[in-house]
Amino acid sequence: MKIYATYNIKGGVGKTTAAVNLAYLSAEQGHRTLLWDLDPQGAASFLFRIKPRVKGGGRALIRGTKTLDAAIKGTDFDDLDLLPADFTYRNMDLLLDDSDGKPTRRIAQLLRPLAGEYDHVFLDCPPSISLVSENVMHAADVLLVPIIPTTLSLRTLDQLTEFVAGFNGRRPEVRAFFSMADRRKKLHREIIQDLSSERAVVSPTVIPSLSVIERMSVERAPVTAFAPRTQAARAYRALWAELTAAEPARAGGHHARPVPASAVAS
Amino acid sequence: MTPDLQDFQLDGGVGEAPAGGQARGTSQANHSIQAVLDALAPAFGIVPERGATGSGTRRRTWLDTFDWRLDRAGLALTYENARLGSRLLLTANTANTANTAKTGQDGTSQAEQPAAGWQPRRPALAEDLPEGPVRDRIEKLAAPRALLPVVTTSTTVSVNRLTNPDGKTVARLIVEASTVTHAGVTAKLPTRLTVAEVRGYPAQARRAARLLADAPGIVPATKTLLEEALSALRRHPADYTNSVDAEITAQMRAPVAVATLLLRLLDTLEQNVDGVIRDIDTEFLHDLRVSVRRTRSAIKLLGDVLPAGLAEQYGPEFKWLGDLTTPTRDLDVHLLGFPAMTEHLLAASPEDLEPFRVFLARRRAREFKALATALRAPRFRTLTEHWRKALVEVRDAATPPKRRQVRHLTAAELATTRTTRVFRKVAAQGGAITQDSAPQSLHDLRKRCKELRYLLEFFAPLYDPVAYKKVIGDLKQLQDCLGEFQDSEVQREEIRVLADAMLAERAAPAATLLAMGEIAAKLAEAQAEARADFSRRFARFAGPEGQQRVRTLLDEAGANTQ
Repeated sequence: MKIYATYNIKGGVGKTTAAVNLAYLSAEQGHRTLLWDLDPQGAASFLFRIKPRVKGGGRALIRGTKTLDAAIKGTDFDDLDLLPADFTYRNMDLLLDDSDGKPTRRIAQLLRPLAGEYDHVFLDCPPSISLVSENVMHAADVLLVPIIPTTLSLRTLDQLTEFVAGFNGRRPEVRAFFSMADRRKKLHREIIQDLSSERAVVSPTVIPSLSVIERMSVERAPVTAFAPRTQAARAYRALWAELTAAEPARAGGHHARPVPASAVAS
Repeated sequence: MTPDLQDFQLDGGVGEAPAGGQARGTSQANHSIQAVLDALAPAFGIVPERGATGSGTRRRTWLDTFDWRLDRAGLALTYENARLGSRLLLTANTANTANTAKTGQDGTSQAEQPAAGWQPRRPALAEDLPEGPVRDRIEKLAAPRALLPVVTTSTTVSVNRLTNPDGKTVARLIVEASTVTHAGVTAKLPTRLTVAEVRGYPAQARRAARLLADAPGIVPATKTLLEEALSALRRHPADYTNSVDAEITAQMRAPVAVATLLLRLLDTLEQNVDGVIRDIDTEFLHDLRVSVRRTRSAIKLLGDVLPAGLAEQYGPEFKWLGDLTTPTRDLDVHLLGFPAMTEHLLAASPEDLEPFRVFLARRRAREFKALATALRAPRFRTLTEHWRKALVEVRDAATPPKRRQVRHLTAAELATTRTTRVFRKVAAQGGAITQDSAPQSLHDLRKRCKELRYLLEFFAPLYDPVAYKKVIGDLKQLQDCLGEFQDSEVQREEIRVLADAMLAERAAPAATLLAMGEIAAKLAEAQAEARADFSRRFARFAGPEGQQRVRTLLDEAGANTQ
């Protein structure tokens, strides 16, 4: 089970759209995929038309009185499940701090029993620097950082990279990519050009700022699903291809997958 | 999946449609589908899901051995050809349609493998299937039998999303419309409906199932698709067996019981003829020979109750038929045992035996040709036709009027008197065998035991099942021991004869003859072991306790006629 987390201290940089689209592409290839909407605003849950509610709230999950498994909902797409957001997640820092064991490792611990069930897990984080984000960084194998092409964003990325480098033992791989990039803006163009070559952690794939991505909230589906041939969908596809370049493809994949047993089983 | 979800089907009989054409009654089916959608509409939005996993049209062919070995082991093997390619799929034979379509899970017994370039048009040995997990699972189970296409269906699967007010899919309705085509006639099977659960929304799936259960014209599906398809062809799974299961009752008049029994044996014999002639696998001939042997024993031991002359006329004919099949079967036995034989070689290497195998295969081809020719010839056809006619006459003859003080012999009386007689012979002959007895005495005892076994099996419905099973179990142990003893000797003798024949044909390298000698030595060893085991097994079956068991079994059957 490989865990990806979309993270940025800033809000509105395209974390949720990236998590939703990349999780969809993972499932489309036949990987059993789970997306955990950790943001109390519940944008990812909304995009999959799933109510942002977990029985017993964040407290039950963090304390372990309710397993993650029991809270998972199937999306409309094969191989893609969602662990919904809940408004009580806004207090998750307190809950984590209150939990037994290491408070920075609780999310990793909670995810462990799902290892046999999922190939990929995506964690969609709320924008903050908190105990939740630290938990996420410890749980993730890959930290996906969407950055808007501005100088300030770059400073934040450098701070994050340093912070992760300071971890003892296991550290997630940091992969940043430009998000909401506007090619009409000279500054965007310059920063993208300079930085892609300067920093190895920055992906050459750029997610442009496009209205079709905003339409996701109207369609309530990933853009890669409802408009798969658009530039936006192609950009997410390229990003996913880049992320999985070193990973062996799952035998079959969604479209090559044989018809399910049941239809022939009688 | 929620446990109380079940498959449903549209109520209505099986219809017929011209081959290649649209099944008749389609508009009626559409109408019923509309009724299904109407039943669900108050609770759910219904959105057809185009391109859903599992949707589309696919052809499925069920494969099994002639004697249904996979079905009897609780398995169903299908070859499926759909848009995404062909594959072989092994499931539990109770698995019921598409309610696992979205999860792709179907218990632990499931296996599947791609089958590109393979077609189930003709029988194939399991070892000839494409390599993969399905073949691995069934190879031993099916061997040495071939897998035959049992029935082919064509199914159009459509999937509908059932949505909540947010437009979220909370369950799926899978509709399967199937037809089965046989001999140019296409029959429409009942349309099946399955509610598939979406994870995290079990209540909605249950609700949809309840709505379907309450809707008029929708009934729970109780049969698997295979059962439905076979039922449309007036067949059912496992409709061939080599066991004697004639419907005999204790009060039946003895001639009627014997004719009924012989007709059942004739059915089995005839069911196997085509498979023998087409040389599909070796077991068709085996089953045919068993039927012939049983028929000959029945004629010998019970034939006197048939009208005068019948047993005398047909006894020799069935001996002819049995003898006709012997050379091919003997060679089959050698060839089937070949892999095991080579495994036991110590001094020689398996390659040394290859010329022997080639020689056996050549001989087998020659003998088989003669057998197939004889089975196509008028003598065989006349034998079976006339025999059937004669038996049907006996079976259907009106009961003769009862004269005063003359009571007709019943099936139970016939069973007990004849079985007692043969059992006594077995007990006496076996009891007289000592360490110094000649092999022939064991061979003779083996024949008696076979007769006893057949008699017990012929009248099995008259006995208490538990007591019967115990007696048959002990008898089988004894028969296995006697069989090992005699077969080892016969095979050893055959190897000697075959070695002579190979020498005469200059087909015998020295290394091959040496390897054959090693096999003969191994057979002698097996024979000695069987001989050493005889007394114990005989005592268990025909010692004082065994005798009491047989007496009780027969007495109880006899008491049923009083």
